[in-house]
Amino acid sequence: MIKIDKEVDVIIVGCGPAGSWCAKRLAEYGVNVIVLDRNEEIGTPVRCGEGFSKTIEERLNLKLPSFCIAQKIDGAFIYAPNGKFVEVKGFGYVLERKMFDKWLAIEASNAGAKILAKSYVYDLIKEKGKIAGIKANIVGEDMEIKGKIIVGADGVESMIAKKAGINTTCSPFLVDSGFEYELANIKLRDEKKLEIFLGNEVAPRGYVWIFPKGKNRANVGVGIVGSNEKGARYYLDKFIASREELRKGSIIEVKGGAIPVGGFLRDMVKENVLLVGDAAHQVNPIHGGGIGEAMTASEIAAKVIKKALDKNDSKVLKEYNTLWYKSRGNTLKKIEKLREIVEKLSDDQLNKLAEALEGEDIYDITHGNYLKLVKTLLKLGFKLAGF
Amino acid sequence: MTSEKILLIDRNKCIRCFGCVAVCPVQALEYSKEGPKWIENRCTRCKICSNFCPVKAIRWA
Ligand SMILES: Cc1cc2nc3c(=O)[nH]c(=O)nc-3n(C[C@H](O)[C@H](O)[C@H](O)COP(=O)(O)OP(=O)(O)OC[C@H]3O[C@@H](n4cnc5c(N)ncnc54)[C@H](O)[C@@H]3O)c2cc1C
Ligand code: SF4
Ligand code: SF4
Repeated sequence: MIKIDKEVDVIIVGCGPAGSWCAKRLAEYGVNVIVLDRNEEIGTPVRCGEGFSKTIEERLNLKLPSFCIAQKIDGAFIYAPNGKFVEVKGFGYVLERKMFDKWLAIEASNAGAKILAKSYVYDLIKEKGKIAGIKANIVGEDMEIKGKIIVGADGVESMIAKKAGINTTCSPFLVDSGFEYELANIKLRDEKKLEIFLGNEVAPRGYVWIFPKGKNRANVGVGIVGSNEKGARYYLDKFIASREELRKGSIIEVKGGAIPVGGFLRDMVKENVLLVGDAAHQVNPIHGGGIGEAMTASEIAAKVIKKALDKNDSKVLKEYNTLWYKSRGNTLKKIEKLREIVEKLSDDQLNKLAEALEGEDIYDITHGNYLKLVKTLLKLGFKLAGF
Repeated sequence: MTSEKILLIDRNKCIRCFGCVAVCPVQALEYSKEGPKWIENRCTRCKICSNFCPVKAIRWA
């Protein structure tokens, strides 16, 4: 068996994009960091549509290797309920997340972090009322590891948050229920474009997506409000059944999960425990994208953790809250407000909205400029609560 | 609260996304490799989990 330190500076639970990126940065700062993930293979199973924007690649200065990219994207078709569409420009990728997550873990490992797959963290060690480490089953062996700081990068269900006493339970209205197939041998309108279908019939309070992974392969999924009687799968199966070009395809993979779409935590830190990524609900409330948000937050978290370790003072960790809100949280809160407006629109109103908006407007709106949307809606004569 | 109701998970339908674990307000569902594990005495029967489940694998009997 490999060497595992029983005492480290930082323990990260979860080796998704949040955990890996935080570990990579910490290791680069010279911090002794260990990352545990319950999955037998980092990156598997995938719970994602795999869309990733170029903006984030640039923001984080990533050099994405080609094996992580399933398809390059140059825009999107957004369909109103009546089938009319708006074309939006925007560059990005549909990733091969299995490869992407694995690559990130290897990068973190090369920087000096210790990564452990098949390592389920089932409890926290408490000493004199303080959280002193974790209890885990590491490749079949029960082990305790002590750490000065614990990072919960353990995804939307974050057991670490719950055990540490940070309430992150998602309200059923602030979480989307997602279901998705990767389909092969289908016909795509344009493999360089994402396709988004809106409408209360198609996907109540959400959308159906087609994210191409090559010429005739795509993630076809749906996200709907997390309190729907029929369930996400019902809507996706109905959508696919209505389309000849999809119905003929094969199922390569089945995936799904919970997507937090709001309810940002005011305080993501408790003593020496800090949350990043889905664990802290750091997801765009309009489109549900969370990979980039998780990594951006991790970058901030790593800086603050390094500072806390240098000063030997866990109170410093609270700075993470302020810094994250300044860099991402305030924008995401605006986007959440916008979603609250859009989710109240009827199909008829959505149709009219699609006629009134240009592609560029939609780009601005999904990036937080909700005044533009409000102005357009008012111009169309819609009554809006609160405006 | 009808405490005699039992939560059943159809393991054939379940895709082990653990979304139900995320939405349960009282941690009455836990992760296990085989799929979500129900902890009966914690459950308030609020049905948030069964409403959430994307494939409707959670049934009440
Ligand atoms: C259906 C669906 C579609 C989506 N589509 C997109 C998209 O197209 N683009 C996008 O950007 N985002 C998308 N998202 C969101 C995106 O997947 C998440 O935001 C992203 O994965 C968050 O990264 P993370 O590292 O915070 O958490 P995760 O990727 O969930 O990683 C958490 C890790 O923690 C591990 N873990 C949890 N508990 C423990 C424990 N106790 N012990 C050890 N390990 C543990 C898990 O195994 C997991 O590997 C989608 C989500 C869903 C559900
Ligand atoms: S939400 Fe449904 S599909 Fe997902 S793990 Fe729970 S029971 Fe299974
Ligand atoms: S019914 Fe409510 S309390 Fe019981 S397991 Fe489901 S979500 Fe948890």
